[in-house]
Amino acid sequence: MAIERLLKDDATEEKGERARMASFIGAMAIADLVKTTLGPKGMDKILQSTGRGRSVTVTNDGATILKSLHIDNPAAKVLVDISKVQDDEVGDGTTSVVVLAGELLREAEKLINVKIHPMTIIAGYRMAAECARDALSKRAMNNKDDQEKYRADLLKIATTTLCSKILAQDKEHFATLAVDAVLRLKGSTNLESIQIIKKPGGSLSDSFLDEGFILDKKIGIGQPKRIENAKILVANTAMDTDKVKIYGARVRVDSMAKVAQIEAAEKEKMREKVQKIVAHGINCFVNRQLIYNFPEELFAEAGVLAIEHADFDGIERLALVTGGEIASTFDNPDSVKLGQCKCIEEIMIGEDKLIHFSGVAMGQACTIVLRGASSHVLDEAERSLHDALCVLSQTVNDSRVIYGGGWPEMVMTREVDELARQTPGKKSHAIEAFSRALRVIPTTIADNAGLDSAELVSRLRAAHHQSDSTAGIDVISGDVGDMDKLGISEAFKVKQAVLLSATEAAEMILRVDEIISCAPRKREDRM
Amino acid sequence: MALAFDEYGRPFIILREQEQKTRLRGLEAQKANIAAGKAVARILRTSLGPKGMDKMLQSPDGDVIITNDGATILEQMDVDNQIAKLMVELSRSQDYEIGDGTTGVVVLAGALLEQAEKLLERGIHPIRVAEGYEMASRIAVEHMEKISHKFEFSVTDTEPLVRTCSTTLSSKIVSRQKRELAAIAVNAVLAVADLERKDVNLDLIKVEGKVGGKLEDTELIHGIIVDKDMSHPQMPKQIKDAKIAILTCPFEPPKPKTKHKVDIDTVEKFQTLRHQEQKYFDDMVQKCKDVGATLVICQWGFDDEANHLLMHRNLPAVRWVGGVELELIAIATGGRIVPRFQELTPEKLGKAGLVREKSFGTTKERMLYIERCANSKAVTIFIRGGNKMMVEETKRSVHDALCVARNLIRNNSIVYGGGSAEIACSIAVEAAADRYPGVEQYAIRAFAEALDYVPMALAENSGLQPIDTLTAVKAQQIKEKNPHCGIDCNDVGTTDMREQNVFETLIGKQQQILLATQVVKMILKIDDVITPSEF
Repeated sequence: MAIERLLKDDATEEKGERARMASFIGAMAIADLVKTTLGPKGMDKILQSTGRGRSVTVTNDGATILKSLHIDNPAAKVLVDISKVQDDEVGDGTTSVVVLAGELLREAEKLINVKIHPMTIIAGYRMAAECARDALSKRAMNNKDDQEKYRADLLKIATTTLCSKILAQDKEHFATLAVDAVLRLKGSTNLESIQIIKKPGGSLSDSFLDEGFILDKKIGIGQPKRIENAKILVANTAMDTDKVKIYGARVRVDSMAKVAQIEAAEKEKMREKVQKIVAHGINCFVNRQLIYNFPEELFAEAGVLAIEHADFDGIERLALVTGGEIASTFDNPDSVKLGQCKCIEEIMIGEDKLIHFSGVAMGQACTIVLRGASSHVLDEAERSLHDALCVLSQTVNDSRVIYGGGWPEMVMTREVDELARQTPGKKSHAIEAFSRALRVIPTTIADNAGLDSAELVSRLRAAHHQSDSTAGIDVISGDVGDMDKLGISEAFKVKQAVLLSATEAAEMILRVDEIISCAPRKREDRM
Repeated sequence: MALAFDEYGRPFIILREQEQKTRLRGLEAQKANIAAGKAVARILRTSLGPKGMDKMLQSPDGDVIITNDGATILEQMDVDNQIAKLMVELSRSQDYEIGDGTTGVVVLAGALLEQAEKLLERGIHPIRVAEGYEMASRIAVEHMEKISHKFEFSVTDTEPLVRTCSTTLSSKIVSRQKRELAAIAVNAVLAVADLERKDVNLDLIKVEGKVGGKLEDTELIHGIIVDKDMSHPQMPKQIKDAKIAILTCPFEPPKPKTKHKVDIDTVEKFQTLRHQEQKYFDDMVQKCKDVGATLVICQWGFDDEANHLLMHRNLPAVRWVGGVELELIAIATGGRIVPRFQELTPEKLGKAGLVREKSFGTTKERMLYIERCANSKAVTIFIRGGNKMMVEETKRSVHDALCVARNLIRNNSIVYGGGSAEIACSIAVEAAADRYPGVEQYAIRAFAEALDYVPMALAENSGLQPIDTLTAVKAQQIKEKNPHCGIDCNDVGTTDMREQNVFETLIGKQQQILLATQVVKMILKIDDVITPSEF
């Protein structure tokens, strides 16, 4: 007899073949979606949000595209998730990881159709991934000790990352910017100290790296516009009316005169505070919170430059840059560390006035000012630059470098093919499939560039048959080229993360043989 | 229609038979229930064993969970059927009691139901079936005790424990790293275990996960990790030999519970109030300093001014630390949680060898490590993984492994896995059946057959011929009188589970049989299902 409903209304259950098919199709659809953005000749996507204003984003960053999609297919969500993690962890390779995972699943589907058990495929994939990683780490180059070469490596990596983005026109310029910025960090991965300011207007090549710090704020009225040898106090304190924080305090008076008295007392309090601040011997005061007109006037009288409303990040960066501490109390002027810089002045970028701190004590932080024709261009430029910065900062920690342009994939393929030949049993099919999936990446790069991928990839494979080849796809000339001479490099860490997360994700989806979706939560119930 | 007649012979209705109300009774009801129970078991059947498959579950909010942990699958399924709910409960109670074997227990219950259905069709009364099952389960549990082994281990020789945990992990997605994770789990449990009392408080093991990195980066930390950072960006990121003040009071002026008003009507009052306020902050920081604290961990937030004062006085602080974490920190560092500044004394401070802040990836996520604590009896397993689902699944797998290790410390008897224990019990129950007169004999035999389902599912999931494999193993067990023969899931080449090092805990297995029998008995006793209309 038929069973009563086991699951709640609207909940769906898919089993065995159908479940597998649903997840494969979902995952491949996602992979195909971002596939065309891969490589230096990859195309961009327009994303229109469903929210109010229908804002438009133009991008070819895999993670950004996938983040904005509304996806219902659970397997597709796994891919979106790995791309997001890739973005958080290493910053680049967000498209590659999805494409590779999609291809691994596409190959797995073929194997399942010839009745190979998913677990066997997983076992094969694991072996292959392990082998590929070893192959890659063997060929990785490390130039950490040689400063010259190290810098050159970083530059190459940055150029390679940027060449697939909107910044490709000025990639050398931006690569230099990014490398300079990251080298200033001296090994820290804290990208917060690199500030990116976007100002519409001008062209992308007008963008520049500033060694000092630029704060997107205005100087208070009547205060000096230029200060040399500035002593800066960075503060986070209320400069409007300093509230009494004791709970339940309120003012209750019985005559107008008393109101005036208390007001005077309040003013007096503020004056005292300002005096205390000035007593630090400063000539510049930067506050995170508002500064009311009254204290501003007091500062102006004392000849101190007061900047209000610098946001939290700005404050932190400024403190970092100038070497001061963020102060909130002002009773001990001797022990508060003041920030220092050679010169503070107001500068104009485009039409906006900004405050420029130059000659700062600590060289860690810097500012990159991006210029561009429209806000979309600027947004995309920022994303691209962010990718490059992330990759570079990761490379500083793990300085192993490999060639790009499909070179790593071909190196891995070669080793994995070798492994397949040596492995007895059904696993070897899976290992072979893995190497086929790896080859899809150079194929896609060639395809996207409008080249004859079949021809190129086979020639590339032949070239790689000799050991220690540096051949890769040169999309500019449309031929197999020497990656060493072309200077196309990638960070080892990025490739490794791509390889491992893609395999992990494919494995995860392969293991699934049943999908149970609960009914979508309705707005009104159980809230 | 349920009708009754009163003393005048007039009919009246007890239960209104309506369109919306469904009612099943008698054999019909039992069969419907059995069918529902079987349906649940069928879902989990393919997840059993080292080659078991995973399930993908989409929650009402669209989140995706991928798991092969029986209890999690059932928990996340939006089950509506009452009997199915019983099965969910069953798996959950196995999870609470033992922590592992949640899939096996449901599969066994499903098999018992399937066998019961056949007996019911023959006209055997359900209660007799239930009684027969009860007897059989007792035989099986006793037999299992007989074939079990005592597993000797000590703090220095953890090898047996690690092997048992690896068996648990081998069916999960983390099987690639099973050896490493098993070692981590065992070390964690041994660190907090009280070997004298044979008890382990799993609350002392915190399993923390962070997306990113590789599974290989998973580590055991003898200390606590808190997902927080220092309250002021310029506080030191590393503190050696920290003396920690653990506070549950905010760095703010006190707020009396009773409603009150402080009226300000003169300038003097205004000024005294101001000084008072400054003094409060100064006092609070001073008190922490006085007792010699070098780190303040606070459950609440601080005011900007307090924050700067702390920074200024070189007293690093962490704010908004959750209650549970606070407790763990207190246990680990041997400190006391202090609810008021006045009660702060040097003895109440916790001690830790090293406190450091560590940042991850390209985002600005930071975590605080508290290590080398005075009392090492609180550890953290820190899991990394390629994506969110992976981390979540690893957390669940590690939890299972922890439970297994704990069970072994409580009771160090083990049985061999790979279905060998079930097959051995099945043979024993089958043999015992003949000694029972009456209808129960049939039920006992049926029980023996149901036990065969578990190894059969194992063989099926591993791509082996289920009946061939099972009969071969069974014959081998009887011929060689070796109760350790099981299904060779991993294609190693031997069926002897002792050689394959596949172990399970005795209590886990026994519990499975007892719980499954109990639930099946309950389901069999139901002969009337009334479902009220939707409201």
